[in-house]
Amino acid sequence: MGILLDKNSKIIVQGITGKEGSFHATAGIEYGTNVVGGVTPGKGGQKFNNTIPIFDTVEEAKSQTGANVSLIFVPPAFATDAICEAANAEIPLIICITEGIPVNDMVSTIRYVQSKPVRLIGPNCPGAINPNDNCKVGIMPGSIHKPGNVGVVSRSGTLTYEAVYQLTSIGIGQSSCVGIGGDPIIGTNYIDILNMFENDPETDVIVFIGEIGGTMEQEAAEYIKENISKPVCSLIVGATAPTGKRMGHAGAIITGKSATAESKITALRNAGCHIIPTPSDIGSTVEKVLLEKF
Amino acid sequence: MKLHEHQSKKIFKSYGINVPESILIDDISELSNALNILGEQVVLKCQVHAGGRGKAGGVKIVRSKEEASAYVESMLGTNLVTHQTANEGVPVRSILVEQLTSVKTELYLAITMDRNEQCPTILASKAGGMEIEEVAETSPQDIIYQLVDPVVGLRPFQMRELNKKIDVPNKSIPQFNHLLSSISALFYDLDCSLIEINPLVITQDDNIVALDGKITLEDDALFKHPDAYALRDRDQEDALEAEATDLEIAYVNLTGDVGCLVNGAGLAMATLDVTTQAGSSPANFLDVGGGGADVEKVSKAVSIILSDTKVKKVLVNIFGGILRCDIAANGIIMAYERSKSNLPLVVRMLGTNVTEGKEILKNSRLNVTFAETLLEAAEAINKI
Repeated sequence: MGILLDKNSKIIVQGITGKEGSFHATAGIEYGTNVVGGVTPGKGGQKFNNTIPIFDTVEEAKSQTGANVSLIFVPPAFATDAICEAANAEIPLIICITEGIPVNDMVSTIRYVQSKPVRLIGPNCPGAINPNDNCKVGIMPGSIHKPGNVGVVSRSGTLTYEAVYQLTSIGIGQSSCVGIGGDPIIGTNYIDILNMFENDPETDVIVFIGEIGGTMEQEAAEYIKENISKPVCSLIVGATAPTGKRMGHAGAIITGKSATAESKITALRNAGCHIIPTPSDIGSTVEKVLLEKF
Repeated sequence: MKLHEHQSKKIFKSYGINVPESILIDDISELSNALNILGEQVVLKCQVHAGGRGKAGGVKIVRSKEEASAYVESMLGTNLVTHQTANEGVPVRSILVEQLTSVKTELYLAITMDRNEQCPTILASKAGGMEIEEVAETSPQDIIYQLVDPVVGLRPFQMRELNKKIDVPNKSIPQFNHLLSSISALFYDLDCSLIEINPLVITQDDNIVALDGKITLEDDALFKHPDAYALRDRDQEDALEAEATDLEIAYVNLTGDVGCLVNGAGLAMATLDVTTQAGSSPANFLDVGGGGADVEKVSKAVSIILSDTKVKKVLVNIFGGILRCDIAANGIIMAYERSKSNLPLVVRMLGTNVTEGKEILKNSRLNVTFAETLLEAAEAINKI
């Protein structure tokens, strides 16, 4: 089990012959991920690493491999086309790593995606991993993960790794880890992932990492209050960020009172979350919760 | 990327939006010609990328040539400090000389991305001239929203609702609706992240005029708009931030003395938080990125940190994914050699090629303290 990915996940990589696509496709295979094909227009018929078939279109790749997940490494100017192609082929799970897609391009793309029976994760995200089933679809370093029962969700890439590293280094494994992406318009939000963790028998505790900017964390807090029975440990980063400055992620900018770390932490505390006091306390907070629970 | 008021108004004009007649001057010698054309009673507006300009003395209505020339002389070439700028302010390099408009009503109009609806939205309010953040806090019901759908656009019924709720006089409705269509099209055409007209005025003779204009273009979409990118005014940006932008490095200049090099925006924010909690004060936010970060790029990122005169020590927090630790280490050394810097470093490295990365730094002349965890790193930097 775990969420999004499992033993039956068959992955194709759009942009498999590019620098990042080939690096992470290889790293995924080494981790145990079932990469069944790649898509690079114009290179159909060739093989990646002498074993994995490359197709010109997603449609072809899907019909010949039975793929049910697509991982996208396509440059920003072409990424929305790649997302639409995967959605049109009805690949049930589309994970887009690409950073720097113009937001206005995503406005129409997201509507197209929503009109199809598919789920989009990202863009501008590290992807997802299920350590229990050795399935890694994204750019996270596989070696820091450990099979277990803690679900991790965050907007950010390296901060998710930090959380995982802290957990693994004190012997706590993960059921699934998902980075939903740092852009203003993304396919899957915290609430979707929290709901999946709630329904996943392999997840006992949820780590929820948010940041300054927007109000997505407050909405998640409302959802947790009403719908999540499992313990949630939550961290908000960016408490020391100045207002009006974009902290890397397009979304991470304090534009009003509700966008501040303080307002988000208050909402999460009121929702009954275990507040992780600082980014260096992720592991210890989860450990305490696990000890109380079991 | 922010545009100046005069640049925004030029774009407005090309979309058929009414703006007051104006002439841009960047030297006092150009003033008398401008006044001859526009008349002596004008409004003088300093062209800076900062809100709060009016309150800070950056806008002045003058009644005579003498008054105008005294103001221009006192402002051109100085720095304007507003509540939104850093302490040193932003340079006033040009002033817009603008005809006075006979105002009957002041409105607020903007279009920006609504993240929850995943769609651009128009914001309109009768509270023109006020800061919209203030209106949102004190009387949120006074802001009217209408989404601009990417497929069907802003529909006539939405315009009717806007007209009604902000009391647009019947005679002004055609012009107001034209304005709504125009800014909706402009928002998509130029990949804007914000268009704000505050105040938008209804004149004594019921014309709709954009008295001010603020356009912010989305950085990620600038590759599509080379003409718009040419409007960038680097002088208005923080020098180090402008350099980082050129290198595609996410960088924000802060006020402390700990230079921070991190990969990933979330981890960079977390690093600032822990550094602050440990008692130090970060000099910057810096996300060197993952894909595409080679030795040269890391080195240039570190050079930005080292060229910041307030930096007294450097904290490195690299979680190697696609950015390998050996590449980061070589980039750090290259920057230190180039700038002949001796600033002490605390380095925390994890992930891909961490052993090689640490080894490279150990064998260098740099004064490096290694730390295992985020907290240890922050405590070590605080002790230096």
